[in-house]
Amino acid sequence: MAQLTVMEKLEILSDAAKYDASCASSSTTRRNSLKGGLGSTTGSGICHSYAPDGRCISLLKILLTNYCSYDCVFCINRSSSNVRRARFSVAEVVDLTLSFYKRNYIEGLFLSSGIIRSPDYTMAELVRVAQTLREIHCFRGYIHLKLIPSANADLVAQAGLYADRVSINVELPTEVSMEHFAPEKRPREISAAMGGLKLRIEESKAERATSRRAPVFSPAGQSTQMIVGADGASDATILQRSVQLYGSFGLKRVYYSAFSPIPDSSVQLPLSEPPLMREHRLYQADWLTRFYGFEVGEILDDGAGGMLDLAIDPKLAWALRHRARFPVDVNRADRETLLRVPGLGTKSVARILETRRFRRLRLEDVGKIARSMATLRHFVVAEGWRPGVLLDSERLKQHLAPKPQQLALL
Amino acid sequence: MAQSGILARLDHPADFEGWRRQARALALAEVAPARIDWQIGTEASGLFAGLAERPPVPANGAELRVPRDFFELAQAVVCHRDNGRFDLLYRLLLRLQREPTLLHAVTDEDVHRARAMAKSVRRDLHKMTAFVRFREVVGPDGGEAFVAWFEPEHHIVERVSRFFVERFAAIRWSILTPLRSLHWDGTTLHLGEGASRADAPDDDAVEGYWRTYYANIFNSARLKIKAMKAEMPEKYWRNLPEAELIAPLIAAAGKRAQEMVAKAPTLPPERHLRQMQRLREAEPGSTEAPASWEQAWQAAKDCSRCGLCQQATQTVFGEGPLAAPVMFVGEQPGDQEDLAGRPFVGPAGQVFDAVMGEAGLDRSRAYVTNAVKHFKFTVRGKRRIHERPHAGEIAACRFWLGLEREFVRPKLVVALGATALHALTGYTGSLASMRERDLALEDGTALLATVHPSCLLRLPDETARERETARFRADLARVGLLVPEMRAA
Repeated sequence: MAQLTVMEKLEILSDAAKYDASCASSSTTRRNSLKGGLGSTTGSGICHSYAPDGRCISLLKILLTNYCSYDCVFCINRSSSNVRRARFSVAEVVDLTLSFYKRNYIEGLFLSSGIIRSPDYTMAELVRVAQTLREIHCFRGYIHLKLIPSANADLVAQAGLYADRVSINVELPTEVSMEHFAPEKRPREISAAMGGLKLRIEESKAERATSRRAPVFSPAGQSTQMIVGADGASDATILQRSVQLYGSFGLKRVYYSAFSPIPDSSVQLPLSEPPLMREHRLYQADWLTRFYGFEVGEILDDGAGGMLDLAIDPKLAWALRHRARFPVDVNRADRETLLRVPGLGTKSVARILETRRFRRLRLEDVGKIARSMATLRHFVVAEGWRPGVLLDSERLKQHLAPKPQQLALL
Repeated sequence: MAQSGILARLDHPADFEGWRRQARALALAEVAPARIDWQIGTEASGLFAGLAERPPVPANGAELRVPRDFFELAQAVVCHRDNGRFDLLYRLLLRLQREPTLLHAVTDEDVHRARAMAKSVRRDLHKMTAFVRFREVVGPDGGEAFVAWFEPEHHIVERVSRFFVERFAAIRWSILTPLRSLHWDGTTLHLGEGASRADAPDDDAVEGYWRTYYANIFNSARLKIKAMKAEMPEKYWRNLPEAELIAPLIAAAGKRAQEMVAKAPTLPPERHLRQMQRLREAEPGSTEAPASWEQAWQAAKDCSRCGLCQQATQTVFGEGPLAAPVMFVGEQPGDQEDLAGRPFVGPAGQVFDAVMGEAGLDRSRAYVTNAVKHFKFTVRGKRRIHERPHAGEIAACRFWLGLEREFVRPKLVVALGATALHALTGYTGSLASMRERDLALEDGTALLATVHPSCLLRLPDETARERETARFRADLARVGLLVPEMRAA
């Protein structure tokens, strides 16, 4: 077989990496290159580009290799697939990262890999890339490393030292699905590894609070990803699993990735359009539990078989099921109540609370604060404004749900 | 007759210091906003041409107060391309003297406008840090150097310079824009005149790799063009090397996805079949009862005898020397034990260790384990709240506890808390009546019962805690009397 060029490898190994949704480059330690080295980090991260799939491009997201000894059914790189295979050398990944970084294409590197030879061997190769960037090239940009769950503790410690964020994907919400779709992956090994990471991240934070010289360990925390729509798991199952993951492991993010057809797919999988709206609704529900004070049980409608309504967002759906709690008076309601009003986000609520200390809010005032009044106006009382009878009407959902649209190809 | 106008000159379009100096003087002289003509550079004055006065000089000691937020707001607003920005800020400055909380009134017309302008400037700043694309050139010393061409919406070049200096301090670079340009030589920043696109290089060998990456990281099975455009507005596309791919990628996307769907699954490659063969041969596949502690420990990792394994992170098996003379049995792993996979490492474990030491016992000689091997909890926000295991869960886990007793064969077992006592003996009555008594298990092994160390942590008042800790210490001291080899040397 002819040697692949770096360009060909890049083609294969970025194609192989795109099913990982994570691209965050935020919330790590602040660094710059004023005293040497290359690169910096800002608090909030930067998205340097966007692809037509709507996902941001912040990092050079590639695999070291897409050879893999595992046979996870949903994965483009599973060992039974006939996709083209390639493997980067450590130097090639380092060169690409630095060349891209110097041209301001990226914030850093997100490196993952298929499992080759052994978990420890694979992990050691990933660590070698990060180590070369940090120690030989004094790279101060962002590094996200995928961890191999069963890799030994020393390798994990090194990975956490060089990386800003580490992650292990739980892939599917239940053990049964995992057994079926990812037979070599051991879900219990994955959760044990995530538990270990939480302890290390906390320990490093505590040590660094007392001494700036204490070694860092993955300062931007850990995240994970669940695939949506490959197995039969309901939204309820997925969201309950998320709550447990956030609660147990202090995750920064759980990413939901709508399962999309992959080249050379397995017969076991749905070959259909990725459930993008479902993915979107899951993110909205996830946000409601983390920032809006909702419990998973409240978000799901008992009568809907554990699935979120695809037509309207979960907060509006909740409000329509609890109309007796509305309208809410924007001049008097407390923060918790305002957060539950459809159309008000956390920032808008903060603005309302700030402004009403000094003046009573009219509906136009709320309009200057909130993004859109179309939904909101039906659920609030403001100075000189009460919503009409529509709030009590059965037609409200029809009225507020987006009109079905023909999707057009550009 | 109308009052004469006053000409206020600013050095450049985002001259915050110039605005501040003159606005201060004008405000102290109580000059009405309508009388001031804010002019940038030496351009001919318009509105009040011919009748302009110089700004007044403020009296010594005169003061002007503004909230700290106003500085931040004004520094952003002066960068906006709107010609009315200096006038708006001046009006806000005057109003703030009479209405000190004005900035909180986000619904006020002036405040709303200023905030919207600041937001637009901050967004442009952020987008510039994202969308500047450098191209490599040969530096003056023959080394590496980079040049970028960018067209910002607002007057942000100077403000954004800090970001690029901090990021690329060791590299020579220039960013050219129509109005001003930045040049960094590795040590100092030089602000230059505006430039034109022709002054920047028109290609870079690495852009081919970048476009390859862009095309391949895109998932053609999902199209969210609106989401892309919201974050990467088309006005920026002309200076992004990857943007030329957007239209062809979208055009080909539907076809590519259909091909994936239409293609029949293939047979796995030979490499895969060989590998499967190797794995099958290596499979242990034993279902017999564990014959050693190691086997029991391994097997327990996959335990699903009750539902607790669904939520818990991992099985927390007992640990300690297999020849230990004493086995301590707790209730269940807590939050920390669940994460670490080891028993008695959390707060209760620390109390246990401390009191063991005070009672003169050597902790390292004991085997410690729990009646239930998985953590049972409910999630409250970011915290996990411990829940008591019920009888079914205790019964299911008795299998593992039995194996541990079989392989360790301690002389004495100590039940820490009612759950442990229940698991060991089936007794469900009060713990208090069993304390400080020499008990025995069915097989004759000596048994002591005492509290679980976590209950000492839950006692709210200091005296009760001291009293109960002393009792617990006395119970542990009994262990040393019954089994002298447990005593620390």
